[in-house]
Amino acid sequence: MTDMQASQAAHEEHFAHPNYWVVWAALAALTLVELGVAFLPWPRAVVVLILVVMAVWKAVLVALYFMHLRFEANRMRIFALAPLPLAVIIVIAVMTEFIW
Amino acid sequence: MTHAAAMRAPAGREMGAGVYNEKLGIWVFLGSEVMFFTALIGSYIILRFANPGAFAHPGKVLNIPITAINTFLLICSSVTMVKAFAAANMGDMGKMKLYLVATTLIGASFVGVQVYEYLHLIHAGFLPSGIREGSELAELAVAGELGLGSADPAVAGVYGSSFYTMTGFHGFHVTCGVVCMAYVTIKAFRGKYTQADHRGIEVVGLYWHFVDLVWIILFTIVYLV
Repeated sequence: MTDMQASQAAHEEHFAHPNYWVVWAALAALTLVELGVAFLPWPRAVVVLILVVMAVWKAVLVALYFMHLRFEANRMRIFALAPLPLAVIIVIAVMTEFIW
Repeated sequence: MTHAAAMRAPAGREMGAGVYNEKLGIWVFLGSEVMFFTALIGSYIILRFANPGAFAHPGKVLNIPITAINTFLLICSSVTMVKAFAAANMGDMGKMKLYLVATTLIGASFVGVQVYEYLHLIHAGFLPSGIREGSELAELAVAGELGLGSADPAVAGVYGSSFYTMTGFHGFHVTCGVVCMAYVTIKAFRGKYTQADHRGIEVVGLYWHFVDLVWIILFTIVYLV
C-alpha cells in the first residue's frame, strides 16, 4: 500500500457511512411534496419561496451525505463551499436589476 | 502505521488540503461548474423577470410527470453511486460492481427519458426558437391556455431558448457522467479497485452527485416555478 492509499484509508476510518437509504427516502419525499406545493392555489410568491427552500434543502442533503461534506475536514468543506458566495452574489446582482 | 505517518504526502504530492490530488482536482472542477451553472441560472432569472409573458405556466408546455420520474431516477442513481463507494470502502467488491452497474443503467435511463421528452416537446411544437406556427401548442397559445402574455406564439422564443440551453447543458453533463461511470464500471470488473484504493469511484461519484444536485435546482426553477 502506498502512503497515499494509506492516507485515504486512514481518513476513511474516521467516519461511519450514514444510512444512505434514509437520505434517498427524504429526497424522494421532498420531491413529492414539491410536486404538490407547485400546484397549490396560494400566492405565487409564497409557492416559489417554498419550492426554492425545498430545492436548497435537497441540494444540501446531497452535498452533506452523498458528497460526504458532513464528514470532511473543515478546510476541505471551506474549499468546497468557496464558490457558493460568488454564486449568491451573481444571482442577487441580477435580481436587483428588476427589484430595485 | 500511525495517523501522522499515514497523512504524510508521498514524494511529489501536495497534501495541503488533506486529500489526495484527484479529489482536490475534482473539487476545483466542481467549483468551476458551480459558476457555469450559476451563470445559466442568473441569465434565466434576468430573462424571466424581463419577459414575464414569455414563460408558460408550470405544466402547460413542459411535461412535469415525466420529468418528476426523471428526477426520481437521478436521485436513485445517486444513492446507488454512494452505495458503490461505501461497498468499496468496506471491501465488498461484489456489491460495489452491482451498484456501479445500476448507477450506469439508471443514469443512461435519465438521458433516454430526456431525449424522449425533447422529441415529444419538438413534436408538440416547442422549439428553441419558440412555439412553431400551426402546431398543437400554437393553437393552445392562441386560445390563451398556456399562460403566455401574448397570443402570438413567437413570444415564447426566450422560453424555448433558455429551457433547451439549461436542460441541454445539464443533459450533456449527465451523458459525460454516464460515459465516465461506464469506464469506472469496466475498471471495477477488471479488478482495478481495492478496499485500499478506490479513488476513481469516489472522484466520479463526486461529479455524479454534483450533476444530481444541479438537476434538483433546475427541476425546481425550470419546471415548477
